[in-house]
Amino acid sequence: MVATKVVTDATFETEVLKNDKPVIVDYWAEWCGPCRMVAPVLEEIATEYADKIAVVKLNIDENPAVSQRYGIMAIPTMNVFKGGEVVKQIVGAKPKSAILRELADYI
Amino acid sequence: MAQVTEVRNVVVIGSGPSGYTAALYAARAELKPLVFEGSVTAGGALMQTTEVENFPGFPDAIMGPELMDSMRKQAERFGAELLADDVTAVDLAADPKVVKTDSETYYAKAVIIATGSRYKELGVPGEKKLGGHGVSWCATCDGFFFRGHDIAVIGGGDSAMEEAMFLTRFGKSVTVVHRRDTLRASKIMQDRAFANPKITFLWNSEVAEVLGDEKVTGLRIRSTKDGTESELPVTGVFVAIGHDPRSDLFTGQLATDDEGYLLVDQPSTRTAIEGVFACGDVVDHTYRQAVTAAGTGCAAALDAERWLASKES
Repeated sequence: MVATKVVTDATFETEVLKNDKPVIVDYWAEWCGPCRMVAPVLEEIATEYADKIAVVKLNIDENPAVSQRYGIMAIPTMNVFKGGEVVKQIVGAKPKSAILRELADYI
Repeated sequence: MAQVTEVRNVVVIGSGPSGYTAALYAARAELKPLVFEGSVTAGGALMQTTEVENFPGFPDAIMGPELMDSMRKQAERFGAELLADDVTAVDLAADPKVVKTDSETYYAKAVIIATGSRYKELGVPGEKKLGGHGVSWCATCDGFFFRGHDIAVIGGGDSAMEEAMFLTRFGKSVTVVHRRDTLRASKIMQDRAFANPKITFLWNSEVAEVLGDEKVTGLRIRSTKDGTESELPVTGVFVAIGHDPRSDLFTGQLATDDEGYLLVDQPSTRTAIEGVFACGDVVDHTYRQAVTAAGTGCAAALDAERWLASKES
């Protein structure tokens, strides 16, 4: 059972912008090595902090609208959304401890 | 007080060609090495390159990640235990030596350090702020986002040339900004870059500032000859000015040179601490090739094996 959810251009508004919990959006692509490395870390965070935050994945190749709207120019990029707004941005693959430090205010 | 449960023969900190080769040789010596590959850095610098044309044995080139995967599998085949985790602290003077991650503590008789190096940053205003918004340190990672952009590549070595060439696949223009008037890059890479119609060179120039609010809009360029300033309108900046060794974990325990590279008793891989060996780009800033890293990785495993054997007799 995966703890992270897949979102698309179509489901972005409901799943992310209208979510009452903070949401981490993981922008990724098949050809992105570092994205694959950070995926298991995000899975763990999604499981461990399931009651506090939601973690979703957006494939940038398949969903250009959202990627462009938020000016994604490097992957992996993780945006933290709260109340429909980006409140934090983490650029680049980082170890779990570093990601948790960045998320401290939301978990 | 923590109870020492298991003392490993050898722990390898780091991966890449040096770490994986050290692991391979240590495994074949029946030392059952434990390797901390790194949670997001496993595979090292070659994970971010495309074709590797100069690693001997591959006349048709091989993709960096594929080469690393093969090395990894080879080490595993002979009994190396690989953990995609990060070492956060070490105590190399202790007996047995202590190696810690965020969650666990491990003990080892011998430690091989293969932590490699990380991209150097320019250290100019705007660079960090716009990281991920037009500033990148890895062309293969982020080039995709710069289709049709005017791109600047900062640097004059092989990495800079490789990045510049790779980026011509996406960018409208690629300008190499270099602070001298000759390149450090190998002849073949220079020739290819000069021959590429999309690449132009801005010589004797350094970056004073990365401009832009939410995205990169340009670079403030300063002449290294007379200090005059100008602006280069670009929307992508790739920094390829070299690397800094990842030796921070060992501050206060192991000696480094002025630039942070770990010191070893050349030609061996022995550091000043008994049972601690270092190899690859964390030591070498002269050659820095995958094959030289693999070579010193092998030497480190052999040095460790011989040292362990001498302790037993």
